[in-house]
Parts: sequence; C-alpha cells; structure tokens
Amino acid sequence: MGLTLTQKILSHKVGHPVHAGELIEADVDMVLGNDVTAPVAIREFKKIGVDVFDKNKIALVPDHFVPNKDIKSAEQVNIVRKFAREYGIVNFFEVGQMGIEHALLPEKGLVLPGEIAIGADSHTCTYGAISCFSTGVGSTDMACAMATGKAWFKVPEAIKFNLKGKLSKWVSGKDVILYIIGKIGVDGALYKSMEFTGDLSSLSIDDRFTIANMAIEAGAKNGIFEFDEITEDYIKERANREYKVFKADEDAIYSEVYEIDLSEIKPQVAFPHLPENTKSIDEVKDIKIDQVVIGSCTNGRMEDMKITYEILKGKKVHPDVRLLIFPATQDIYLESIKKGYIEEFIKAGAAVSTPTCGPCLGGHMGILAKGERAISTTNRNFVGRMGHTESEVYLASPAVAAASAIKGYIASPEEVV
Amino acid sequence: MEGKAIKYGDNVDTDVIIPARFLNTSDPKELALHCMEDIDKNFKNKVNKGDIMVAGYNFGCGSSREHAPLAIKESGISCVIAKSFARIFYRNSINIGLPILECSDAVDAIEEGDLISIDTESGSIKNITKGEIYKSQPFPDFIKEIINNGGLINYVKGKVK
Repeated sequence: MGLTLTQKILSHKVGHPVHAGELIEADVDMVLGNDVTAPVAIREFKKIGVDVFDKNKIALVPDHFVPNKDIKSAEQVNIVRKFAREYGIVNFFEVGQMGIEHALLPEKGLVLPGEIAIGADSHTCTYGAISCFSTGVGSTDMACAMATGKAWFKVPEAIKFNLKGKLSKWVSGKDVILYIIGKIGVDGALYKSMEFTGDLSSLSIDDRFTIANMAIEAGAKNGIFEFDEITEDYIKERANREYKVFKADEDAIYSEVYEIDLSEIKPQVAFPHLPENTKSIDEVKDIKIDQVVIGSCTNGRMEDMKITYEILKGKKVHPDVRLLIFPATQDIYLESIKKGYIEEFIKAGAAVSTPTCGPCLGGHMGILAKGERAISTTNRNFVGRMGHTESEVYLASPAVAAASAIKGYIASPEEVV
Repeated sequence: MEGKAIKYGDNVDTDVIIPARFLNTSDPKELALHCMEDIDKNFKNKVNKGDIMVAGYNFGCGSSREHAPLAIKESGISCVIAKSFARIFYRNSINIGLPILECSDAVDAIEEGDLISIDTESGSIKNITKGEIYKSQPFPDFIKEIINNGGLINYVKGKVK
C-alpha cells in the first residue's frame, strides 16, 4: 500500500512503514516553544526531573508579548530566559535578535526537509513549505519532547491538492489558502495532512510558507509541499546538516483529491468570524476599515514587504485608517530598510514595528475597540481575536491589505495601482 | 463522573475559551476566572464541579494554548463531549488528563441543564434527565495508558526513570 509524503517521513523516522490511524512514537528533530506556551512546558518538564534531550534541538522564541507589554508577560519571558540559560539551550532568541518563530526557524536553517518539527504553537505547520513534517502540539507535549526527544502521533490520512496553472497578478499564497479553506471549511482537513503537489512552479517559497501556515485553519495536522528546485534554492544557503528528501508513492492513498487551477483564483477576503467565510475581492463592497495589519507568521516575509512597498510607494494611508506593519524577523526588517521599503512605509503614514505576534492574537500593539474593523494579513478572525468581542477582523493578502489602507475600505490592488 | 450539561455550538475556538489577553499568565486558577468569557459571560457563575461541557463540531479549534483545556478543567468541568475536536485541543486534553468524548448522538440529544453521567472507560454517556444512553468510541489502548498514568508527564516519567 503506497504512502503519502507525510507517511513517508514518519515511516523513515520509525524505521518501518506506518499507515493512517496507527499510533506511533517518533524522534523529533526540533522542539519549539514561545513565551505563552514554554512557561507551561517548563513547569511540566521540571516534574520529569531529567536534562533536556539535546540543547541544539530546542528553540525558544519569546515572540507573543514581546517587547514585554506588562509585568506579567515580562515574568513569563523571564521563566523562559532563565530556563534557556540554566539548560544551555542554544537556540534561544532574545528581543533584538529574534523574529516571529515560524519565520525565524526556517530562516536560520533550524528546520529542514524530511525532518520532524513539533512546536507548542498551532502554526508550527508552517515548515511543511520546505517539505518538513511539522505540527503544532501543546505545552505538555513540548515538555515531554524536551525530556525524551520523542512525541506521539496518530499517523494522519491525507488530502491531496493537485495544483495546476499559474497565479494571476495580485494573487499570492494567501489567496490560495483562503480559497482552499473557503472550499473545504475550517474542519475540512481535521486530523489530516494537506499535501500540495502538481505544478508548484508559480508558488514562491514565501507563498508556500503562507499556505502551509494556515493548514491548521482547515483543522489539518500538517500541510506539506513536495520538494523541488524552489525548495532547494531556499535551503542550500541555510542548511548546515544533511537532510533527506521524500516523495509520496505513486499509489499513495488519499481520503480526497482536489484539483486546483491557480489561474482561476482571485484575491480573497475572509469575513468575520471564521477563516472559511471567504469571498473573492469583486464580491466585497463598501466595507470601511479602521485598522490594517500587515505582518505575522503568515505574511510578514520579504515578498510581503515588497508587495506592500509597491502598492504604498508615493501614496498616503487614508486619514481614517491606522496602518501597522510588522516585518517578521530582524533580517527581514533590515533588508526592508536597505531596500528603502521602510522609508516609504513611514512616508505613507504607516507605523512600523519590531517583530512581534502582538496584534495577531489581540495581545498588544494594535488592539481594536468596540465596533472597529480591521483587515489583516494574519491567520485568524475569530470573535475578539484582535481586541473587543464586538470588533471585526477580515483576512487578506498584503496586496489587498495595503490597497485597503489607502482607500479606507476593503479594496482590490487594481483600484490603487 | 456526573454533572449538568452546559451546551455550546460548532467551532468553539480557543480564543473564546481563554482569550489571548489573559495569556500573560499560566496559573490555572487565574485562567479559570476568564474561561469561556467571550462566548458566555455567565459561564463562571453557572458552572459547578463535575459539570459536563457539550458542543458541536471542531471544538477547541485555533491555538495550541494548553491554557484552554487547563482553564476548562480548573473551572470544574469533568468531561467535554463534542461532535468532533480540533486535533491539538484533543491531544492537549488527553495529555493533561481532561476526559473528552466524541459523540454526535449525545450532542444532538442533550439539552442545557440535563443531568449527565459518564463512564469514560466504556465510552457510555447516560442522560439521567431524559433516561437515554449514548455510546461513544472508547479510547485506543495507547491513549488509555496515558490517561491511566494520570497524563503524559507521568507516563513519560515512568519510562525515563
């Protein structure tokens, strides 16, 4: 019986073929936690009473409430900082060197194709973009993995997304994944892998990160792309260790197969309060906005900064709108400065921030008041996600978000460029 | 375990179970003070020790925050029954020892306030108010082993020592 790409990676780790539904325990190559989830994991880890399994294979990235927004969050980060020092954790990232975890780990080469990465953050599935099996877990899982280097998994079934065609202008990975979630729903891939194959040539690595990042918004265990030259180009300057490339068997069994023609996808907007409430931009009329957020682990990468720059250049943010831009890592921030993007953002009237997850989860740096509306390139638009329970979040690509910032209502990039 | 049912709909996400604005702490008691507050302001007042939470599809979708099942457990809820669970919420609940059961029949039949009794070993759900019994799938052996050890930490502790 043929195996899917995810099943191939898991089988290699376990040392024998594994099939959907099987419960397995597998070695992990990377264990991740942040300032929200790691303190709970550290508390649980200490109950086990052993040393960490490998100082190099744990990443601690305080990114949610940093730079610390209050005393309580400072205390949470301090738990993580002290733990990192006490146990000699190599990959601890302090403010000033850090980035949003799911942009940072691939950028630093800490996750690679064919590996298993688990993280106490639901968007850990992002690394599927580079053909890594990565999935979100909880703090107790993180604690046990820090102690043993292992985690338990139920081998997932998979849905195959067979892609063809090329993306149209102004359409990006964000539109692809919003389109897919609109089609299958927020529990459409529950407990399953989303495997992306076919003609991937028009999807940049940044597009793939965005798509894999939001697999969890369809309920998936992981989203994963086949390895190709685009993956290799991204990996080759970052990998400092051997990695292995896997491919799904020809006769792999999928629970469903979707044929997706990328050329038919238009810019998408997800309406409140679920990522599945998607409409294409030409169906969206007269939605005035108060705030625009461009950034996060979903869309704070270099391409996102570039498209934002191209749309904002020489223009002004609408006087009734607050535009907040968050490059996802220090490297992306610096590169954006060198390229002149940041200067244009500021001239246009945007506020530009050091990397933080703050606004995405309604933590800090962009909280919405009652009755306010935001369009955001983040990944969730649940009730109260970005602030007051009577505020609204619309999800879209950086192109749509930047165009909306100029117009003051949700707009297509075509309206401003 | 026995208690009255507190019922919600589909896609109850972790942001409404425990909003992010309270995640600058990991103290279960503090988290429980705000449990469910963005979906049900009255939850804190109506929940009693042993009560059963009942919900539709995709319960616990969203964040990996273990704070969500911790807040539910600390509130006194003894078991969550849903039509389906989001996967990270599912494993977090198992890992911290909060029993959860998938059973569409039970969810459809149970009304808010019904008195419910549950046998997690057999997966049997008894509606004492209505005099009905619904069957859910019992846990696989591996999961039972984690639960019988009192959660994943104890299970792992037993293996590393």
